[in-house]
Amino acid sequence: MSENVYIIGAGIHPFGRTEGRSGREQGVYAVRKALADAGLEWKDIECAYGGSSAAGSADIMVNELGLTSLPFTNVANGCATGGSALVSAQLAIASGMYDLALATGFDKHPRGAFNAKPADYGLPEWYGQTGMMLTTQFFAMKIQRYMQLHGISRTTLGRVAEKAFRNGTKTPHAWRRSPIDLETIMNAPMINDPLTKYMFCSPSEGGVALILASEKKMRELGADGVKISKVAVKTRPPDSFEVFQAGVSVNEGGKPTMLASQAAFEGAGIGPEDIDVAQLQDTESGAEIMHMAENGFCKDGEQEEWLANGWSEQDGKLPINTDGGCIACGEPVGASGLRQVYENVEQLRGRAGERQVAGRDGNGPKTGYSHVYGAPGVSAVAILERLGN
Amino acid sequence: MNALAPIDPQLWSSGDQPHLMGGKLASGEIVFPMPQGDAANDVEPYQLSRVGTLWSWTSQGFLPKEPYEGPGSGENEGPPDFEPFLIGYVELPGEVIVESRIVDATLDDLELGMAMEFCIVPFNKTHSTYAFRPQKLAEKAA
Repeated sequence: MSENVYIIGAGIHPFGRTEGRSGREQGVYAVRKALADAGLEWKDIECAYGGSSAAGSADIMVNELGLTSLPFTNVANGCATGGSALVSAQLAIASGMYDLALATGFDKHPRGAFNAKPADYGLPEWYGQTGMMLTTQFFAMKIQRYMQLHGISRTTLGRVAEKAFRNGTKTPHAWRRSPIDLETIMNAPMINDPLTKYMFCSPSEGGVALILASEKKMRELGADGVKISKVAVKTRPPDSFEVFQAGVSVNEGGKPTMLASQAAFEGAGIGPEDIDVAQLQDTESGAEIMHMAENGFCKDGEQEEWLANGWSEQDGKLPINTDGGCIACGEPVGASGLRQVYENVEQLRGRAGERQVAGRDGNGPKTGYSHVYGAPGVSAVAILERLGN
Repeated sequence: MNALAPIDPQLWSSGDQPHLMGGKLASGEIVFPMPQGDAANDVEPYQLSRVGTLWSWTSQGFLPKEPYEGPGSGENEGPPDFEPFLIGYVELPGEVIVESRIVDATLDDLELGMAMEFCIVPFNKTHSTYAFRPQKLAEKAA
């Protein structure tokens, strides 16, 4: 039986644009916040895992944090970088080898949509030359088909973005902190039909750090910890439909998100109906809608009713993307998945301020769910549970 | 003026009735595009169907970054020179669903499952690329 693992410290560098501060410096800032939150010093940390997609290696952080000789493993796993760092840190403690570990992610991207090189994804050059190698097109075409098959309206896409900006106004670490009304969202320039400018997240900057501890260490420190019930990372199964695919199988295959979700629920021993607050990958409005179903929170098509009734709002039956998600925070790839976990840690500890979710009994949420998805078809899900009461 | 060169000489077959080139795996599964390098071992080149049905679609409303080589990407060009285009996925029955430019249509014309036909279209000043267009329109024009 492996050790229970807890998150006892959480730190974030505000997302958005921070001129004059590198991605790694934003990561260091987040680590210092997490250490202060846990009441620890850098020298107490026994091992570390972290990475970025476009802002360099994480292990260089020891220059600023201190040369304590700890093993520091760089993680480079695209959109799942944060999730993979979290899994690694969790395993380090669950194995019994360490009592305190760091998981961190940071990034700093140039403005505008991500540009990818075909060869890096095993694709022929013409795929990029002819203008097909854009992640935004994939999301647009996935939701376009989904809307046709399951009766999702454009208004529902707009409502997802409206909620994101509204939640962003209550979130100190969010980038977009002004509300945007439904009409403005719907009438904004079309990026990839049916998705307008305000329905997409943008690449941004930010850093997140989480400090993980064994149960013994947490009790010794008297720390306010949140239990990691299960983290699951899954890559794509056969015949799936993913970012950057020139050809898709005519056989409808599985989805990495469904696999990660099922594995996480199974490992945690609970189901979607037991979750009190959720952070789902919302690269754009459509992604949040489809991921509600792929993660098991509703059936295909029911999202129309969910959004119309406000069931995924802060005071709804399942608040989703309570900090405004990627749409309000932007997406620094290496940090984005850990931001979701950070938000759940804050919610479960009752420290989410204005955006605090009440939970079933009014005493705060007891379970938190986070889900990240990215190219070339990888999903990471983390389920957290509050201790005691 | 010379004819436009295909954006990739291996991408479709030559002749009056060109076919997009896929690959047939040892298992019988059809894939697109034809794999390259070691991945092409035991894969037979396979001429894909010229007709299919629309599986999904979107519009490209902004100038893609590198390595895009279409209008607007040239040295003295920029977003004002960009020509928005449509792309989609077309299901070739029993074969594979291929990503493609969609031409001779507006967003309003497109619906799930509509019949589509393969064609070759100008891409930029030097190259042509492949596309699919609504089949009815193609027949009317003929």
